[in-house]
Amino acid sequence: MNTNKNSYTFIYASVMVIIVAFLLAFVSSVLKPIQQKNVELDKKKQVLAALNIFEKDAEAAYATFVKADQLLAADGSVAAENGGFAIENSAVNAEKLPLYVCEVEGETKYVLPLYGAGLWGPIWGYVALNADKETIYGVYFSHAGETPGLGAEITNRDKFQVPFIGKKALNADNEVVISVVKNGKVQNPECEVDGISGGTITSQGVDAMLKSSIGLYKAFLAESACCAEGLECSENSECTVECANEEVVNE
Amino acid sequence: MSLFSKQNMEALKTPLGMNNPVTVQVLGICSALAVTAQLKPAIVMGLSVTIIVAMANVIISLLRNTIPNRIRIIVQLVVVAALVTIVSEILKAFAYDVSVELSVYIGLIITNCILMGRLEAFAMANGPWPSFLDGIGNGLGYAKILVIVAFLRELLGSGCLFGYQVIPQWCYEHGYINNGLMLMPPAALIIVGCIIWYQRARHTELQEEQN
Repeated sequence: MNTNKNSYTFIYASVMVIIVAFLLAFVSSVLKPIQQKNVELDKKKQVLAALNIFEKDAEAAYATFVKADQLLAADGSVAAENGGFAIENSAVNAEKLPLYVCEVEGETKYVLPLYGAGLWGPIWGYVALNADKETIYGVYFSHAGETPGLGAEITNRDKFQVPFIGKKALNADNEVVISVVKNGKVQNPECEVDGISGGTITSQGVDAMLKSSIGLYKAFLAESACCAEGLECSENSECTVECANEEVVNE
Repeated sequence: MSLFSKQNMEALKTPLGMNNPVTVQVLGICSALAVTAQLKPAIVMGLSVTIIVAMANVIISLLRNTIPNRIRIIVQLVVVAALVTIVSEILKAFAYDVSVELSVYIGLIITNCILMGRLEAFAMANGPWPSFLDGIGNGLGYAKILVIVAFLRELLGSGCLFGYQVIPQWCYEHGYINNGLMLMPPAALIIVGCIIWYQRARHTELQEEQN
């Protein structure tokens, strides 16, 4: 057979493309539900990692610790009691703000999603705040394709993520102050964390991501801690008024 | 012809030494730079490439008499891309952690010149079994260089192997500093260059004739 004829080439190419297309479509649709489950489980693991929880059975642990996946409106009010989990980190905007309300060892923690840009692609993560809505309880970062050994070190828990614990995310004026600075140049240990040497652009990406993603929640985080549930304000009926006054003073 | 005839064994063995895809054929350099900052991704990449070259070699070898000459490169590319996509989908479904770990590398396999190089140079002209052995051999030859480079880069660049610190802390306390250059892509080129130098110095038959 002459395999160099034009007609043969055309037919060969068409048949090959159709077979491959069907094959790929088949594989993709068969595996889709299993992959979807994996993605969800992975997301739960990431939320738990921000809470410093690394249980083997993530499904059960998530059910235990995460009390609600709320959806906040731009003004910080709760728009929906659940549905936050379905929002991808990349789809979070001022109108759609997922908030994971969690309870660890009897204390309320808030987990916020993060999303930003690294050097080669997107970076994302979660940050858990204490009930005071100010200090960081834990963080989790991940990335799509940062350089191993350099930018990819943002996933290194001991070296990069643990230092965030206990740092101040916001100051009294409700500005996001948590920063990643050049390695060894920390001047204000209360709210600054060492970056990764050699991974400057990814470190700056994490810094920008923290500022922009946490910044979206300003309205919610501005409600002073004493108004948040769980503190002694339940006995203090004037709390709401005080808080309101405080805000006015700040502005 | 026996399965392990001298010729077949040569297809398997020469890529590990005298016909190494990286140091002699100079294929796959780009990924050798990208994934060798640490040992773990280097090993995973080496194994993935080995499996995919072997599979692609077999498929192309089976099709070799039907492929129209003018679109052969496109056919090879489609086969490789389809294989890589299927492997990545399967990993996502059944070994999600591994697929997260591999992230972009699995896609990078498509662009690896070793694949196209071996398909074009070997599988188009040989039967499926020798092609399979050639794929395994070249994949392992590639993996071998990757592991050597990654070992040196991770050890000298971050003082670790597989992410565990191996250079004792007191060295750092006495002023030892990790070599940051080792973590940058140029370091991989320098190390690959040194390996080529060493190999050519030992095996004079690899040297080009001087005129």
